[in-house]
Amino acid sequence: QVSAALKEGRVTPTELCQRCLSLIKSTKFLNAYITVAEETALKQAEESEKRYRRGQPLGVLDGIPVAVKDNFNTAGIETTCASNMLKGYISPYNATVVQKLLDQGAVLLGKTNLDEFAMGSGSTDGVFGPVRNPWSYSRQYKEKSVPKSDSKAEESNWVITGGSSGGSAAAVSSFTCFAALGSDTGGSTRNPAAHCGVVGLKPTYGLISRHGLIPLVNSMDVPGILTRCVDDAAVVLGSLAGHDPKDSTTIQDNFKPFELPNLSDVSKLSIGIPKEYHAPGLSSEILALWSKAADLFKNAGAKVIEVSLPHTCYSIVCYHVLCTAEVASNMARFDGLEYGHRSDMNKSTESMYAATRREGFNDVVRGRILSGNYFLLKQNYENYFIKAQKVRRLIANDFVKVFRSGVDILLTPTTLSDAVPYMEFIKEDNRTRSAQDDILTQAANMAGLPAINVPTALSERGLPVGLQFIGRSFQEKQLLTVAKWFENQVKFPMIQLEVKRHDHDAFQHQKSASFS
Amino acid sequence: AARGCGGVWRRAWQRGAGGPSPAPRGQRAVACNARGGAVPAGKSGLAPWEPVVGLEIHAQISSSSKLFSGSQVQFAAPPNSLVSFFDASLPGTLPVLNRRCVEAAVMTGLALNCSINKKSLFDRKHYFYADLPAGYQITQQRVPIAVNGSLSYSLCIDNKMSQMVTKTVRIKQIQLEQDSGKSLHDDTRSQTLVDLNRAGVGLMEVVMEPDMCCGEEAAAAVRELQLILQTLGSSQAVMAEGQLRVDANVSVHHPGEPYGVRTEVKNINSIRFLAKAVDYEIQRQIEELESGGTILNETRAFDSKLGCTVPMRDKEGKQDYRFMPEPNLPPLILYDAKSLPANMNHQQVVNIDLIHERLPDLPSVKRAKLVERYGILPEHSFTLLNEDGLTEFFENVVKQTQMKPKKVIGWILNDLLSYLKQHSLTVKESPVSSFLLADLLNLLEKKEISSTAAKQVLAELWKGEGKTPLEIVKEKKLELIQDQKELEQICQAVIDGQENE
Repeated sequence: QVSAALKEGRVTPTELCQRCLSLIKSTKFLNAYITVAEETALKQAEESEKRYRRGQPLGVLDGIPVAVKDNFNTAGIETTCASNMLKGYISPYNATVVQKLLDQGAVLLGKTNLDEFAMGSGSTDGVFGPVRNPWSYSRQYKEKSVPKSDSKAEESNWVITGGSSGGSAAAVSSFTCFAALGSDTGGSTRNPAAHCGVVGLKPTYGLISRHGLIPLVNSMDVPGILTRCVDDAAVVLGSLAGHDPKDSTTIQDNFKPFELPNLSDVSKLSIGIPKEYHAPGLSSEILALWSKAADLFKNAGAKVIEVSLPHTCYSIVCYHVLCTAEVASNMARFDGLEYGHRSDMNKSTESMYAATRREGFNDVVRGRILSGNYFLLKQNYENYFIKAQKVRRLIANDFVKVFRSGVDILLTPTTLSDAVPYMEFIKEDNRTRSAQDDILTQAANMAGLPAINVPTALSERGLPVGLQFIGRSFQEKQLLTVAKWFENQVKFPMIQLEVKRHDHDAFQHQKSASFS
Repeated sequence: AARGCGGVWRRAWQRGAGGPSPAPRGQRAVACNARGGAVPAGKSGLAPWEPVVGLEIHAQISSSSKLFSGSQVQFAAPPNSLVSFFDASLPGTLPVLNRRCVEAAVMTGLALNCSINKKSLFDRKHYFYADLPAGYQITQQRVPIAVNGSLSYSLCIDNKMSQMVTKTVRIKQIQLEQDSGKSLHDDTRSQTLVDLNRAGVGLMEVVMEPDMCCGEEAAAAVRELQLILQTLGSSQAVMAEGQLRVDANVSVHHPGEPYGVRTEVKNINSIRFLAKAVDYEIQRQIEELESGGTILNETRAFDSKLGCTVPMRDKEGKQDYRFMPEPNLPPLILYDAKSLPANMNHQQVVNIDLIHERLPDLPSVKRAKLVERYGILPEHSFTLLNEDGLTEFFENVVKQTQMKPKKVIGWILNDLLSYLKQHSLTVKESPVSSFLLADLLNLLEKKEISSTAAKQVLAELWKGEGKTPLEIVKEKKLELIQDQKELEQICQAVIDGQENE
């Protein structure tokens, strides 16, 4: 929508940019952004404006304000991964996906907040503090929350965004940008998307370049796309997907960007409902919603069948072993020697390394490094790492079998419940939370499959709940087509954000929620 | 298995007058027996020792860019001027495999009679060190690119070029891996300076099985490998520039008993030092064991000044490298004519058969051809190939002279080469060109001068004063007198002279 508006001149890129920047200021309490690149964004907006005036926009994304998770390298802009280790680190190059967005004329507003090094499911464990879910300040949530006499209630009652791409999800949800990049290793894009009521797409592994994405687990990471509607996600996907010679794990096949058809007839579809995703701890609310969604498809003529992915229950431990092993390896480069934080300790190289890493990493990161190194020890390698790889193969095969049996798309919940209040969330440690929250999203990363969260309805507490669709490898078009159909059916409500605005134009934002 | 044999050790032992008096450390030579096997003398003389030597050789691949990044490969460039983001391990960078490096490894594997693995894998080897920016090295631990080859090399016995024997060493594998950077320890300022120019340069690690038994064998094997690499062009293999690095694994045991504990010897900077280091270490181990001590499974450095090996400071305890597959590099798939899919882009693949077809003549083949073509002895062909440019020089002389190659070779190896060696010159630096030498040899061949005279002329030519052989002959009146009458007159004069006394 806003793209059309730009084209028609109803709004200019600079106006758009300024509005977003101002809204970012108004919503600072959300702590969604770590760095706001005001100057460069305005310059980019100006350039875009020139192009529109000439009648030569680069594409649909020209002039569209976007945000990028702070674990993507952005040239000339600080990239911290929400860690002391990289505080003050100015990337000398753009990640391929960032470059692609810029090449399309997108306006980079800033870098969003996350769990340190993308480790976490709440976006609460970064050095810049937790991200607040914009829905905490929505009328919908406030109406439903138990009124408290304490005026500080609002302060302490806010809910988490989910993680680890919480900042990006919050940015999109609060209208400060039209699309954001996240990353997804175990659910880090889909989880916050579900909690913040936005679309979160995890593409097939190998479709989008990881060059410039600071890795968590190289064999599972993918750049994630967060937008307010499925069509927007398709547009962003179209500009990002494709082989990158700088990333040897991207596939060579030519990728053709697509427009999503408006599906009217779902009778040829076969939707699979994996019974193992009825996980312990799944809230009855979400269970009911899942059921309702299945019925929706059934009533529209689609074939809805129960399927089984028997190894789902092992995915958590398997993920734990493989993730920590890769983390231990990937974090080995942070020694303070070439870049990043370096401790003042200089008695010896080794003591400098140890102090640097102790000072630079939080508990979560250090814990995973220790675990990972343990699993990689010669005497443990066979029993842990190799075993986990084998289990991973079994998990991936579960999906292959199901898809081969005629199922087109799987429908599952994305999260076990709606967003919990921060005060409650931090009662458990990061490891426990991750193990709980990742359970519904992780397997897709293990198998490298594309998956998407579509905001479905509001919970009893007035907070978003989403459902997840998992598709076949590299069949994003089919996946998004089905997701779009579903989105049109459920008509998820727009957030009614109550924010002390800097300017009155903020309200107008809500009218142009999507850009495509 | 070591090919050393018993028997000769007794002779070596009895060589010393009286009894077994221990020679000073490092000087006791390791005698080689008639079949080329080394048999060190034991102190007690009761049980012979069988030394076992294996080698790990790192050869820097000759390529314009590094193994996984596009930065240049160049010796002695300003510090940290050839470092890409990936080499410096900047977060978010990914490795991209260099095709030329793969081809170099395949060439080398084929030349060493290896089986080329059509599918090989990359792994991460983790350890913390200042010259390893990522905290891990990318190598091929599980499935390397080439395995199970062999290298034939020749040794001369008795230190004379009279008898040569051929030996073979098995090549366990060849793997592709990254080189590390360089660190310089500045003790005065208590700091370490790190230069990452070399970090990420492609290496081929060639692992030679412990089939060798003395320093001489090790040296000969490495020398032959060096020649092969240089012939292929896969590595320039110049040890002085760090393009060829050799680590020796040495142990000793009594024949029939299990292998002894081995030590690893590093910091060997030349082929000559390799032989010394290995021999020293063999002796050291024998002495240690004979005096009741034990050998530690340790890493030792060769001190070239002292001629001995010393334990290395920072290699205490065994390291667990926590090997893990490199997730950013898919398996390396190589093709041959049979397996190459029809629609595959030829730019994207490495075809083993194509590389095989294009292999140049290996040194062994070159030597055989020289022997066959010119009728020279095999030992001669070795010397010709061993000296950079000598073969070419020889062939040029042969082309320009009527003298038989069998005679020319004597002048090349005895006169030319010894002169060059005396003055530490390379063939390219020779003041006597092949043209001049051919000229001289022609005079000799035409019997215009005697061979003694020829040697005198050569001595003059070395001065490089620009005179031709003919000019020198005329100058020094070295012409052979052909005229019968003139000769009779001279003889008569001499006889007359004698009679007058």
